[in-house]
Amino acid sequence: MKHGYVYGLAALLSVIGLSVFFYKWQVLGFPLTEDQEKPVWTIESAISFDSGPGSIKVQLHVPTLTPGFRMLNENSVSRGYGFSLNYGSGGREAQWAIRRADGEQRIYYRISVYEDDSVDESDTTPPFPPLPVINEPMNTAVEVLVDDVNDHSADTASFTTELLRRMNDPSPDPNVELLLSDVSMDSDFVDVVTMLLASARIPARIVHGFPLAGRQRSATLVSWLEVHDGDRWLYFNPATGEENLPDRFLVWWRGNEPLVSIEGGSKIQVEFAIQENHVDAVAIAERQVAQRGASAVDFSLYSLPIRTQAVYGVLLMIPIGALIMVIMRNIVGIDAFGTFMPVLIALAFRETKLFWGLILFTLLVTLGLTIRFLLDRLRLLLVPRLSAVLIVVVMLMLFISMTSHRMGMETGLSVALFPMVIIAMTIERMSVVWEERGPADAIRGGLGSLVVAVAAYTFMGMTWLEHLIFTFPELLLIILASVILMGRYTGYRLTELRRFKELARG
Amino acid sequence: MVLAAKKLRAIGVLGLNERNTDFIMRLNPRRLFPRVDDKVLTKELALAAGMAVPDLYGVIAHQAEARNFAAMVGDRSSFVIKPARGSGGDGILVVIGRNQHKRDSFRLSNGMLISEGEILHHISNIVGGQYSLSGNRDKALIEYCVRFDPTFAEVSYQGVPDIRVVVYRGYPAMAMVRLPTRASDGKANLHQGAVGVGVDISTGKTLNGVLDDVVVEEHPDTGALVADLQIPHWDFILESSARGYDVTGLGYLGVDMVIDNDRGPLILEMNARPGLNIQIANCAGLSNRVRRIDEIYDSSATPEMRAAIARQEFPA
Repeated sequence: MKHGYVYGLAALLSVIGLSVFFYKWQVLGFPLTEDQEKPVWTIESAISFDSGPGSIKVQLHVPTLTPGFRMLNENSVSRGYGFSLNYGSGGREAQWAIRRADGEQRIYYRISVYEDDSVDESDTTPPFPPLPVINEPMNTAVEVLVDDVNDHSADTASFTTELLRRMNDPSPDPNVELLLSDVSMDSDFVDVVTMLLASARIPARIVHGFPLAGRQRSATLVSWLEVHDGDRWLYFNPATGEENLPDRFLVWWRGNEPLVSIEGGSKIQVEFAIQENHVDAVAIAERQVAQRGASAVDFSLYSLPIRTQAVYGVLLMIPIGALIMVIMRNIVGIDAFGTFMPVLIALAFRETKLFWGLILFTLLVTLGLTIRFLLDRLRLLLVPRLSAVLIVVVMLMLFISMTSHRMGMETGLSVALFPMVIIAMTIERMSVVWEERGPADAIRGGLGSLVVAVAAYTFMGMTWLEHLIFTFPELLLIILASVILMGRYTGYRLTELRRFKELARG
Repeated sequence: MVLAAKKLRAIGVLGLNERNTDFIMRLNPRRLFPRVDDKVLTKELALAAGMAVPDLYGVIAHQAEARNFAAMVGDRSSFVIKPARGSGGDGILVVIGRNQHKRDSFRLSNGMLISEGEILHHISNIVGGQYSLSGNRDKALIEYCVRFDPTFAEVSYQGVPDIRVVVYRGYPAMAMVRLPTRASDGKANLHQGAVGVGVDISTGKTLNGVLDDVVVEEHPDTGALVADLQIPHWDFILESSARGYDVTGLGYLGVDMVIDNDRGPLILEMNARPGLNIQIANCAGLSNRVRRIDEIYDSSATPEMRAAIARQEFPA
């Protein structure tokens, strides 16, 4: 049955439109509203050092795998230095090199990241670590401690927690005391823990990073413990043994290699500064699409030149106008001149704004009608008469523009935006209706056109709707589906309820 | 609002959307439209089927032929000029008399005098397409002016009252008489202010009238009651309209007829998109009757049989 095809087609169009929409919204993160912004953190590492006499090479660990965060961009500010990014054993390394430099040097590395929960650890499962070679008396202490903790735990996570609890005990047992005798910094402490875990054949490593919060002029690195339980990496707070990660923890680098190293220089220091910005979510989503290479769904209009974007911003609202037109015609039942004349008038209203648009339109049609009736006395043939009306409409537009310009009202100039051919046709149709059916019908038709135009203008002027359609053009498929469905609407029009009210009474 | 819609649905009132999708699109294939949209063609088809139509005096298809107008009309003092592809009764000029001394001055049905020049302008407007459905070039017909039967003399203000029968798949489903008023300028078109009067299909007697979607009992200009008038030749009218289906092939058809004093019922024109006001005039919905016709539909029935069945099935 034909009905089936119609419903099937409408359903198919809606499904396609909605799924692309949801993919772009949920997965690619395109925002639903225009002014939606996401926080973006820019972390700047400033490296300062004294240059030596010869060539200089500086290496800095930079973020590689950052669970919970996605990189927006990174760059280096270093005048005269050659810059490269390489993969080292502990992840990515930034490398600067220069043949010679004088005095104190400063180079910068900047990275911008934003939160994205979908970024997970795509790290490989590490092999079991080799048993560390430890000298006596340490070795005995390690063995005793590991055996003891092993007896008091069930799995990797509880082993780690128990180990950390004992290591952090304010009154530690002698074995722990011995192992911690050389520890002076947090990272040394984590090193010892890593070594102990390796003795129990548990892969573990130290991670360094920052909890991102607001703006920090000098951020301090926090060391954390990462333990692999065979499936995934677990994070432990080395100071408490709790299994967690601080809020918004950005992992800068992993392993116990130093953050920065230098050849041919001295007194190297790294300082971190963190800045929080808010960036348009569309820009972030765009970049994400580019990074993923998701070109199949890249119908995005944001990739077009700005001028073309402006054109499409308007054009994409025409389907909305058409939808309103269909509703007004077939559901409400308002008579209007011309099928899409009200939509085009509504487009012109966008430029003139509603108040002036209504005034100018009424003025134009009234003057045009008057002149059309004068022309009628000349008994012209149809096409020459239509052309004459068109020419008169153009002259009227010119006249209105000139007059309003003289009077200092620049809004009058926008009358030129009205689609003149459409207005000329409207005037002709209206005058015929006026003669044939009387002024009441003609004015009713004219008012109907205006009502539909105002309704279309109202919807076409909604900025959130414009943004939505512009960002998700696939929603046009849903509009198409609803127009197709309404094409099979066989119910009454609202105005018919009034028209047939005598029947309903009887 | 939903309540009103439900009530209308219960009475079986047909709405515009349903008419357009379920009736016109389903039953009236586009290729058959020219048979009713072009009145010259309609006339030829009706004549070929042996139906009675007003005599055709001439057709003006080009501007240049307008000068033949005088020759076509000849000595006749009454005639009608209409566009071949007009809609809603627009562009029809009814000439009922001529100035005895100045033969180029004509009197219209509304009493106004009009010069031959004005008539020629009107014809060139018709040919130029001002009244055609799509604005395309058109032809002007000049034909016999019906001298209408006195049945409706009391309830008409000038012009020619006509009878509209809506025919569904060859079965007359509903009928009304359209009475011109002062407001309708002598035209029998409800949009323009004519009175529509329902007709009891089984007897051919008139019911109450409707003016501008409101039920009326008397003619607004003459004051005479519109109900209970017996339409003459009712059998013939029903059969002719049923035959309209065989001639046009249109499943949802409006047949417009006039009753001439001398020649009896004549087919004026047929319509592939008959309006829905007929429901108000009859105080009844079309949907119920249409459903009944679907039940009793018999493709082998003759027009006479279908007319007879309609008389049985649809008493007022």
